[in-house]
Amino acid sequence: MSEIEGIYAVWLREAKIYIREKERLISSVISPLLWIFGFGAGLGSTVEKISGYPYQIFIYPGIMVMTVLFTSLFYGVYIIWDRKLDFLKEVLVAPISRASVFAGKMLGGATDAMVQVIYLIIIGFFISIPFTPLVILEAFLMLLLISIAMVSIGLVIGANLQSPEGFSLVINFVMWPMFFFSGALFPVNNLAPWLSAVTYINPLTYGVDAMRGIILGINHFPILLDAGVLVLFAAIMMGIGILSFRRM
Amino acid sequence: MSIKTEALTKKFGKITAVNELNLEVKEGEIFGLLGPNGAGKTTLISMLCTILKPTSGRAWVNGFDIVKEQGKVRKSIGIVFQQASVDDLLTGRENLALHNLLFEVPKAVRSQRIDEVLSIVNLEKRADDFVNTYSGGMRRRLELARGIMHHPKILFLDEPTLGLDPQTRDHIWDYIKDLAQKECMTVLLTTHYMEEAEQLCDRVAIIDYGNIVALDSPEALKKKIVGDVVSLKQKTSDIERIRKLDYVIKVEEKEGVLLISIKDASKHLQDLLSNTGPIDFVEVRRGTLNDVFLHYTGRDIREAEAEGGFWERVMKR
Repeated sequence: MSEIEGIYAVWLREAKIYIREKERLISSVISPLLWIFGFGAGLGSTVEKISGYPYQIFIYPGIMVMTVLFTSLFYGVYIIWDRKLDFLKEVLVAPISRASVFAGKMLGGATDAMVQVIYLIIIGFFISIPFTPLVILEAFLMLLLISIAMVSIGLVIGANLQSPEGFSLVINFVMWPMFFFSGALFPVNNLAPWLSAVTYINPLTYGVDAMRGIILGINHFPILLDAGVLVLFAAIMMGIGILSFRRM
Repeated sequence: MSIKTEALTKKFGKITAVNELNLEVKEGEIFGLLGPNGAGKTTLISMLCTILKPTSGRAWVNGFDIVKEQGKVRKSIGIVFQQASVDDLLTGRENLALHNLLFEVPKAVRSQRIDEVLSIVNLEKRADDFVNTYSGGMRRRLELARGIMHHPKILFLDEPTLGLDPQTRDHIWDYIKDLAQKECMTVLLTTHYMEEAEQLCDRVAIIDYGNIVALDSPEALKKKIVGDVVSLKQKTSDIERIRKLDYVIKVEEKEGVLLISIKDASKHLQDLLSNTGPIDFVEVRRGTLNDVFLHYTGRDIREAEAEGGFWERVMKR
């Protein structure tokens, strides 16, 4: 009971800060808009239809995953700021387990990402994405799973580094390869062997594939394999995250 | 016994921050840890708060082992950190509400406790403002309120009045004294301000290089180590002769002025002056805790604790 209240307390603090930091809210709306309308519409005018969908719609599931990826990974930097600004000490000396502290932080990061997902779903209606209530529910749950895995990576990195500058450096080395080799911007069939090998070991590939399957009905892997890989990956990252928090 | 340590030791690589330290703090006592930068005060407190694991040795807080019974230790203690750790983007009341959840204050008394501590530190009117609109003193007071809200048996204060103006400092001292009495709480504080230690503490320990070099009440330490200090200027200084007088504790020469510590000026001043020959200038003052401190720790300026481990840096900055 007290552990659950502890998780709730850590999460509540994150949620309140998120709502109060206007810059964070505004940038969460603007960056996906740029990708869908800037990148998707721009490149889409020169790219042919892929699997029967206009490029802008083809990359929509990938943009959703990308938004969740960026927000979730970068959320890890707040753990460094918290430590610098000392709020974290109050939490670390509280009589709750580090696993609960981790869980609260992780849910806080996932909340940030899922608020963005809601914006994206609203944008989706405007560019005629074929949504049904079931599709929205499935997409939401899948993105939550992706977010949990990615927030965990961010927190692991944040918990093990001391400077926000170092965090940005490291996170860029994680984020861009994961994004480029995930098939978010192109289909994963017919790739050069080295490229397809890289995409196959990238856990995010399975997230993009699952999302494209849910929203557009284009699957490269069975959806259960996608979900299984992500659950396993999220579980491993959470485990490492909890260990990192214990050492903090 | 509220706090007890046995050969408690913490090493950061080659550096020994706390060295086989033995300490006993009684229940209801206000106990001060004094020491230069890098003496190991914060490291000691961090171990007692279960933030740092000791390298060797043992310690008990409120009867609980700091390594084996971390949870119980944490429930028994309140901490006010050197660096404010209240959250800027939350209101005072929200900060306290979070603390209630984190420290398992029973649901039924939560809002009552918040009002109670807010009135103790006189922050009722500003409770619903964001903390980033608070002054430094108000933040400290909020932090103090938070530290005592779950009714800890032992309160740790790390430099509770660092960087505050004299008025605020005075207020905070009053709060601490009051609290210790009303709640029958043990208080362990670290400070650089000798005045603070004299005003507040029942007993103080002077720590240097991770060891306790002196431990007693401020009064007793002053009496034993410095007594009264006579500063005088004279032409024919026969320091050795003065040093041999049986009531003289210590003689130092500084910029041509002799600083002579004697046991009791009212008894021995006459005799002292008859031994010094003609003098140009004389001044007598009571010894202070500052004199005691310098006696034990010397006059060299210390490096800050930058070479400590990660937490040391995080907590000391």
